[in-house]
Formats: sequence, structure tokens, C-alpha cells
Amino acid sequence: MSAFPSAPLVALDTLWLQVAGTLCNLRCTHCFISCSPDNHAHGMMDRAAVARVLQEAEALGVREYYFTGGDPFLNREIFELAADALARGPLSILTNGVLLKPEWCARLRELSDASPYSLDLRVSIDGWDAATSDAIRGEGTFERILWGIGNLARAGLNPVVTVTEACAGAGSVAGRTRLLSFLTSIGLARPRLKVMPLLRLGVEAQRSRAYGPAETLRGVSLTAAEADVLQCSSSRTVTSRGVFVCPILLDAPAARMADTLSGSLRPFELRYPSCHTCHVEGLTCRT
Amino acid sequence: MPDLTPARPREEDHGTLRRVALLGGIYSNYLALDAALAVARAREVDAVYALGDFGAFGPHPDRTVERLRDGGVACIQGNYEESLAAGAGDCHCGYTDPRDNHFAQISYDYTRENTSAEHKAWMGTLPGHVRLRVGGSRLLLCHGSPRRINEFLWRTTTPDAFIRRTLAEFATDVVVCTHTGLHWMRFPEPGRGVLNVGALGRPANDGRTHVWCAIVEDHGGVLRAEHVPVPYDHERLAREMTAEGLPAEFVETVRTGWWTTCLEILPAKERAAGRF
Repeated sequence: MSAFPSAPLVALDTLWLQVAGTLCNLRCTHCFISCSPDNHAHGMMDRAAVARVLQEAEALGVREYYFTGGDPFLNREIFELAADALARGPLSILTNGVLLKPEWCARLRELSDASPYSLDLRVSIDGWDAATSDAIRGEGTFERILWGIGNLARAGLNPVVTVTEACAGAGSVAGRTRLLSFLTSIGLARPRLKVMPLLRLGVEAQRSRAYGPAETLRGVSLTAAEADVLQCSSSRTVTSRGVFVCPILLDAPAARMADTLSGSLRPFELRYPSCHTCHVEGLTCRT
Repeated sequence: MPDLTPARPREEDHGTLRRVALLGGIYSNYLALDAALAVARAREVDAVYALGDFGAFGPHPDRTVERLRDGGVACIQGNYEESLAAGAGDCHCGYTDPRDNHFAQISYDYTRENTSAEHKAWMGTLPGHVRLRVGGSRLLLCHGSPRRINEFLWRTTTPDAFIRRTLAEFATDVVVCTHTGLHWMRFPEPGRGVLNVGALGRPANDGRTHVWCAIVEDHGGVLRAEHVPVPYDHERLAREMTAEGLPAEFVETVRTGWWTTCLEILPAKERAAGRF
């Protein structure tokens, strides 16, 4: 018998597509998959590849789609990919926001209006001022992110803003209150906020610390309810290299489950320290 | 390896009916319940079904339960009934944002304190699913979704592919649900789809004060479903909520038709359609 519990694939509800692979225009120091302008570990997905995945996902009854990377807006076909997904279900696009010029936001608004389903943009920021955020995301990025968020808001798209706990205190009541008040101050009348725990993987393992030996699910048994809330019980992630269990474990060879979605519909052994984060902190990458 | 498959709730089969009224979350709005029962009588329905969440938000929760039980309404469990019967500390509404959970807890604490022990025990006896046949379609009545009592089936996040999968998985033609508080329906094929009946408990976040229920009927051998607006004395409800010390934010919703709380759970399009 395995020393680690397994998460059953209860239902494939959520499909993540790594449409920009690990390519990013920023080089954030807390990135758990070390995305950067020169990380080609996972490549761009073209429209034909995405269409094949969407077709299989639709046949499997997938409920929602997420585009991530890297930054999805580095993919030159991003608007076509988004339209293809929105024809099938709700879509969330995770972005650092720095490329979101007004014309692109207007196009996103058109795509949203043309679909019966919801389009969400999720923009990451790492604090309530340039000093805090730029230390993680790079010099000058804070103002540029705010510009992108502002352009979304002016196009009538109210983004979800995500902040990690690299921003000290972000998860506390005081931290959330301060972040919400900051978001209101930059023109988001109905601020939407998601605070996420850190994953001690990728370059984050050098910035703060790596996982310690106690951060493991070895010997833990899960109840059905505990297994049900793990994102790996209801989602898979597709990259240019195949189907992975989740968007977090893209650097873990055993987390690559199959070439196709239908081949990946089986339990996953929770052997990684980040599985501990998902279980103990209730982390889900969904909004 | 232990079996980690989620358990299915207790189910009842109520056979074939000609016309039924379907009531979503009542949230203690007993005045709207009275108005909906009058609509059901006027439409000469065979049966009235309440799909759970009898309490929350509004005043005097026992008044709603008394009407349901005395009025012969067939009831299924929502997450409120499941939680109250089990003595749980919160409603298990399924919210994820602290702002939503703050107001949900106020509702739940008030409802729990003002619901009789006898009513709570009765809630524990209710089925989670009811199956019916109307107009040649098989209907599965549930609270949130067939697989999860507190799953939100919103219009803009419930795609056709997911509807088809759910219908196949639960061997039904129509899923009838509530839980979101917003009414909608979509039938990817004739006679096969999702009917979310909306809620009697609070208005549909559209600036109008009335609430909604649904009626389904056999229309010449084919299922016909409609959402029915239910006007009621919302000013009286607002006064009673104020007298009970319920939050001013809740009272504002009753008076204006715009949601002021539990907004973070809304998908992008549903959120954009409201005022807040």
C-alpha cells in the first residue's frame, strides 16, 4: 500500500490550458514554475492544438476553462483561442496585465459580449505599492499592471485581482481590507480579490525557502469530502507537452499523466510537498 | 484504497404529474411563499415542490416551515436544512470569499436561533432528490446540482456540454434546481436541459422587488417550463426584518431589488448585471 493518499478524478470540471507555456515577459521571483522570457520548458500552444483539446474537453462535459502561462497574451493567437473556448463554456484568463492595452481590452469585451458564457480576466499583483510589488515582479511593473487593470475596467471588464502571500499580511483581515481599499482607489468600484498562499517551488524555493520534510501527505488518509475539494479531483492541465495533473506540478515528471485528456482520468498519488499546501491551506488555482 | 466517491442523497420517485409549481430558496420570506402558493392554486397544479433553503435572510423562519408543512408542500433538503438538522455551525452555502461568508453567517445564526427543534428534526427527514415525469420528460429535482447540494448552477457558467454530461450521469432529462437565487433555463435539446427556478427569498438583482418561482406542465405530451414573477408585500417584509434586527443591507435588497451582499460568488456577467 502506498504511503501517500490518492485523489480520485471525481469529474473533469475544470480544464487549464498552458497556452503560453512557461514563457513570460516578466521574471517574478516567486513563480512556482519559474516562468520567464527564456523558459521554454513548455511551449506556446497553437490554435489547432488548443482546438483539439477543447473538442475532447467538450465531449467529456468540461464545465469551465482557464488560460494561463507564462502570460497568455504573449500567444499571438490569444483572441482566437479565447473565442474558441468561449464558444464552449466560461473562460478565465490569468495574466500579469502589462500587455493589456486599450484596444486589446476592447477586443476582450467584444468576445465577452458575443458569448453566452462569462469571461473573467485575472490579474496578479503583489502589493499595494510599487515598492512591495516591484520587488517581486520587477522594476516598473507595478505602474504598468495598474495601467492594464485600468484599461480592463474602462472596457467594462471587472478583473479578479490575485495577490500572493509574498505580500506580507495579504491574507489577514487587515491585509485584505487594505488591498480592497487600494483597488477601489485605482478605480475598481466593485473590487474582486483572491489571496493565494505561496508554493515553495520553482524560483520561489530560492526566494523564501523550499518545502521542509514535514510538509508532506505521507501517511495521511483523506476523507471523501477532503478529496473532493482538491483541485486534482476535478481538473487537469494541458500544455504543449501533454496532460498534467494540475497547473502547479509542471516541473514534476510523474505529474504528466497522459497524451490526451481521456487518458488522464485516473487517481493521482499526492506525493508532492505542494499537495500538502493544497490540502492544508485549501489552495485551489480556480477563482 | 478507501472509497472516496461522494455519496448520493436519499431519493424519492413521485411518478407522473400533469402540472407542478416549483419553489426555490424561500429564505424565510413567508409573505412571498403565501403569494406563490396562491399562484399555484390559481394555476391548478397537481403538486407544489420546495427545493430547499427555507430559512436565511428573512424574518421568523418558523413561519415559513409551518406554511410548508401545513400546506402539503413536498419538500427537499437544501444546504440550510442539511446544516440545521445536523447542528452545523454554518450554512455550507459554498461561498469562498470572506465578504460573502460574513453575511451568510449572520443569516445562518439568526435562522438557527429562531427555528424550533421540532422543525430542525423534520428537516433531517427530507429527501435530497425527487424524480418526476412531466410531459414525457424525466425531471430530477435537487437543491444546488444533482451531485452537490451547494453547487451553484449559474446561467453563464453552466455550459451545454456540462448539462449533457449531468443529464446522462443522473439518467434524467431535466435538472430542476435553485441555490443561485437567479432564475434561468437552457435546453440544449427539446425537453432536455436545466431549469433553475430562482428564489422566493430575495429579488433577482434586477432592480425589481418581485421574486420568482416556476411552473412546469404537460403541454400536449411535451414539457413546458415557465418562470413566474411573484409580487408580494415587500414593504411589510422589510419592516419585519428591521424589527428583527436583521442587517440594513438585507432590508435594502428587499426594498430595491438589488443585491447588496453575497456578491463575490457571482460570475462575471451576473455580477455586471447588478448595481453593486
